Order: sequence, then C-alpha cells, then structure tokens
Amino acid sequence: MMTQNENLIHFLFRLGDNSLILGQRLAEWCSKGPTLEEDVALTNISLDNFGQARMIFSHLAEVENNRKTEDDYAFRRNEREFYNALIVERPIGHFGDTIARSFLFDAFQYHFYKELTKSNNEFLAALAAKSLKEVQYHVRHSGEWVVRLGDGTEESKEKIQKSINDLWEYTGDMFTTDAKIDALTNDGIAPDYNLIKENWVKTVEEVLYRATLKKPEDSYMQNGSLEGRHSEFLGHLLGDMQYLQRAYPNAEW
Amino acid sequence: MSEDNQGQVWEVFVQAKPGLAHKHVGNVQAMGREMALQNARDMYVRRKEGISIWVVKFENIVASSPEEIGAFFDPMDDKAYRQATYYKMPEGAKHI
Amino acid sequence: MENATMTGQELFDHKIENDLKIEPKDWMPDDYRKHLQRQMSQHAHSEIIGMQPEGNWILRAPSLRAKVILLAKVQDEAGHGQYLYSAAETLGKTRDEFIEELQSGKAKYSSIFNYPTLSWADMGAVGWLVDGAAIVNQVSLQRTSYGPYSRAMVKICKEESFHQRQGYEIMAHMARGTEEQKAMAQDALNRFWWPSIMMFGPHDGDSPRTGNAMMWKIKRETNDDLRQQFIDKTVGQAELIGLTIPDPDLKWNEERGSYDFGEMDWDHFWDVVKGNGPCNKQRIKHHIDAHENGSWVRKAANAYAEKNG
Repeated sequence: MMTQNENLIHFLFRLGDNSLILGQRLAEWCSKGPTLEEDVALTNISLDNFGQARMIFSHLAEVENNRKTEDDYAFRRNEREFYNALIVERPIGHFGDTIARSFLFDAFQYHFYKELTKSNNEFLAALAAKSLKEVQYHVRHSGEWVVRLGDGTEESKEKIQKSINDLWEYTGDMFTTDAKIDALTNDGIAPDYNLIKENWVKTVEEVLYRATLKKPEDSYMQNGSLEGRHSEFLGHLLGDMQYLQRAYPNAEW
Repeated sequence: MSEDNQGQVWEVFVQAKPGLAHKHVGNVQAMGREMALQNARDMYVRRKEGISIWVVKFENIVASSPEEIGAFFDPMDDKAYRQATYYKMPEGAKHI
Repeated sequence: MENATMTGQELFDHKIENDLKIEPKDWMPDDYRKHLQRQMSQHAHSEIIGMQPEGNWILRAPSLRAKVILLAKVQDEAGHGQYLYSAAETLGKTRDEFIEELQSGKAKYSSIFNYPTLSWADMGAVGWLVDGAAIVNQVSLQRTSYGPYSRAMVKICKEESFHQRQGYEIMAHMARGTEEQKAMAQDALNRFWWPSIMMFGPHDGDSPRTGNAMMWKIKRETNDDLRQQFIDKTVGQAELIGLTIPDPDLKWNEERGSYDFGEMDWDHFWDVVKGNGPCNKQRIKHHIDAHENGSWVRKAANAYAEKNG
C-alpha cells in the first residue's frame, strides 16, 4: 500500500533530479559559449537549476526525516536511484543540441511549474511560484535561440532541425507518470500531466513555426526514467559530479 | 551577410528602483534587439541591480565631442539666473 | 587652466598632472594609447583564460554549495572580461580584433593561468592567492588615469570582494579537515605561492615599461610595491589556518615593517611567459576550439538579426 508520503518522496526525487542533472549539463558550457555574453547566460540558467535542486533536496530530507543533506542526495546515489527525465541527461553536443534540449525541456518546465503553483501542498506551490519566474526566462532564452538558429543560415537551420529531430524520442518521457504520481495528481498535489502536454505542444508549435522549422512526427518514445532506467551517459555525469564525495567518504567539504 | 563576429555594441541602462532614472551601466555585444536585452539582463543584473533595462545600439547615439567643449558648454557659465540661489529673498521669507 | 588655446599634448599633460581622467575622445599620445591597449586587453584576456583552471573543477565540486559559488565566480570572470574588453574597445580596436590577437599569440595573458589545477584545494589556492594578488593590483588600478579603465576597475573590485574570501574559506576548511585534505591544501599552497607572487611581474629595475606607465599614471604603484603589500597581508592568513608558505627566507623585518622574502625563479617565469608553461598550449587551444565551434552560431545570429533586427 502506497502512502502519500512515499508518493511525495518519489515526486520530489523526479523534480530535484531534473533540475540537478540539467544544471550539471549546462555548467559544462562554462568557457565554451559562442560569445562571452552567451557563456554567462547559459551558466545563469545552470545556477537557477542548481538552486531549484537544492531547495527540493533540502525539503526532501525533511519529508524523509532522515537527517540527510542536499549533498547526500546529489552525491551519494547511484544511477539506478536517479529519477530525472531522460532528456536532461543527454550530452551537451553542439550549441544547437543544447539549445534544442533546453527549449523542449524548458517549455515543459514552464507549463509544469505553472500548473504546480495550484498544488495544495504548500512547499510545492511555493517552489513552483519561485521557479516559474526563472523558467519563464529560460524558455524565452532557449526559444529565441531556436528561432534565431532556425531562421538564421541554411547551415544553422539544418543543424537545429536535426537536433530537435534527434531529441524528439526523449520528449515523451517528460510526461510519463506512474501510479504514485497519478495518486498525487488525484490528491491535488501533483499537476495534471495531460494538460501540461497540451500546453507544451502549443508552445513548441508556436516557436517552431516562428523558427521556420518542422515539428517531428511522434513515433517511438523512449521511457524508463521513473523506474531509474537511464542512458549510459548518466553514469559518466555522476562519475564526475560525485568523484570527491566518493573518493573521500569521511571528509567534509 | 552572416558574418562571424561578436555582434554590435549596445549601451545598457538600468533602473535600480521605481522612481529613479535609468542609469548607464556599461555595454554588451549582441546580434539583434532581443539578444541585446537578454545579454544586458544576464551581464548587468545578476546581483539584483535593477528592475528595468534599456538597451540602445551604440551607433544610434549622437555624442558631443571634446573639440566642441567650449562652444557647447561655456555659454552656460554666465547664466547664474537659472539657479535658485541667484535670487535675494527678503529676510524671514519662508517656504520659498 | 583648461582652455581652447592649449594643444592636445598640453591638455593631456595638464590632466595627468592634476589627476583628471583621460576620456576616449581626448587627444592622447600614441604610446599612451598603445600601452593601454596592451595592458587592458591583456587584463581582459586574463579574466577569460582564467575561467579555465577554475572551470576545470565546476563539474567535480564536492558540494552543491561549493558548486554554485564556483560557477558564479567563474561567471563573474566572464563578466569582468566583458567589462574590460568594452573599456579597451574605446581605444579603437574591436573585441574581435582582441580575440584574434589572443589566439594568434600576439597578446599575452597572466602566466598564472598556465598552471594546472590538480585538486579541489587548488580552488582554494586560486581564490585566496591568485584573486588575492589580482585584487591588490586592481585596487591600485582604480586610480588609473584612463577613465574607462578606472571605471571598469571600480566595478570589478566591488564584485570581486567575495572571490578571495571564497578561496580562503576552502583553504581554511581543508586545512582543518582530514589528513588528506590538509595535505592537499598545503600542496596547493606550495604549487601556487611562487607563481602568485610572480603575477606582479619582474622587479621594477627589470620592467622597462614601468617608467612610462607610472609617469602617465596608468600604473599607480610599482610591481615590487604591490608584491610587498600582497605578501605582507597574506603571511598572517596562512599562519592563522596552519599552513606553511614555501619560502625559507620569509622573515619579518622589524625595520621595514614588512616581510623579507626569497628570490623568485625568473628563468622559470620567462619560460612560462614565452609559452612553455604546463598549460599554455592547452588554454589557447580550448579558447580557439570554443571560438570555432561557435562560428556557425554567430553567423546564424547575425543573419537573423539582419532580417529581423
């Protein structure tokens, strides 16, 4: 028998891991941006994501009541214990790949947090209100870049279209739910993912239209992240991220 | 056409609080208006420095030059009557 | 008095003499302009290349708190590079030209960034020593005679106040941590001490450009004076956290009210300046790779802006 607390813990892992892993991916851009200003922009968004992850993990420790810290959650779990959506762990690739991933995910986050502000869970509603402001900027930033690259040069159009096509099979997983999350939705704690999906499709269509790009056809969608089944890429990301905490388990930093 | 450079220079003005004037804080390079605005936001208000931003393409600014300093600014030297302190008020006048 | 009958040179001399700032459109001697272009672009390049050694640890930072602090700090460095390029551009070269000079090796950046960061303690050492040394220099440069440079320095000093503290906090924390952490902290200090004090450049007698730069008030204090200031304030900080500065000749000199210290290895210094430091080639290659990978993006954004404004 699932308890509401267990369901909530599962949901918080999903949220925290999404932000943490995307933050880590965007941090890879530091000193590699196409312009100095863009370098700063990408790391700003990375910082927002880490901020969200910290807030969520701190709360998770309270809900679990287990004396864990935000760092225990980030640095002392294995691949199979992470529940982020598959799309955020994809490698950064070239700038177009990063922008395409950010846009597809930011648009999801935007509609997700917008719905989550209505949650009857006090923490989630507050988290959503704070994060919504951040994500609203993220989707503007990535969306405008999709438009620029789509309606830029022939080369850029080809590249960004391919990036979006390649990532498309990972978009379904963002909207996947399971029995635990469905129960939270019924309780008015988690948002309605069908509604989020509808709104997401509208945003994506609008931006792709402005960008003179084609929306890919829905075909097979990868899944499994809610059960902790990931791509091989996640393990390497964690290998870097967790290195010091794992190599010196008794040290404090 | 589609050059590989860092874009154009845009001057950035930030309003720190409601009621204050926008103040020049520096510039950014950007390709186009929207990017200029976003870059200004990311470069100049990372520490909550403001609530409103203007960006102006540098090439659209018309500036006076140092050679004109005399012709432009000296004629104001002898017009002290534009200052409130120029006027003598009767002893004891208040609220004026 | 400033007046219309003064020549450009007289007006310039008058301003320097009276500590008035030189502004972009003012007449200035050619050598003054060139000196500033060289110094300011070198300063900007240092901020940009300086992102790499710290960027090396962002993905591996040992806590989320440490990660966001480091990321914000490296991001500030990008911002400071931007302020400095923008100030340097007022002298008539574009950022694209400055970047070209950096990548071709024509322009230099601070040699300190040609050393590798090998452990997390290096993030402490870089913040505490490298930023510490940079701050001593930048505080002094707030009074430089060129207006845009001076204003950029004021802004940078204000924002950098947390950088050195961040580094010292890491060092202090590790110095009282496990044996391994303490060893890492001492090792980082050992590796970064001499390169840090060489950041101030050659001795005044061996620094041919110092004379003009002082006369024009571009530099306000000499290399050796700034170096001494840095050493005097840093020694006590090392002692406080139980670390040992790797200089057997370091000794308080009662008479001078300052520390005496050992001679730096100038042959090594010039080797690194000439391109033979452990990371010179790696740093430039990283910059060129990023620049080349961004080429199609910049072209696309320019093309879009032409169409849509």
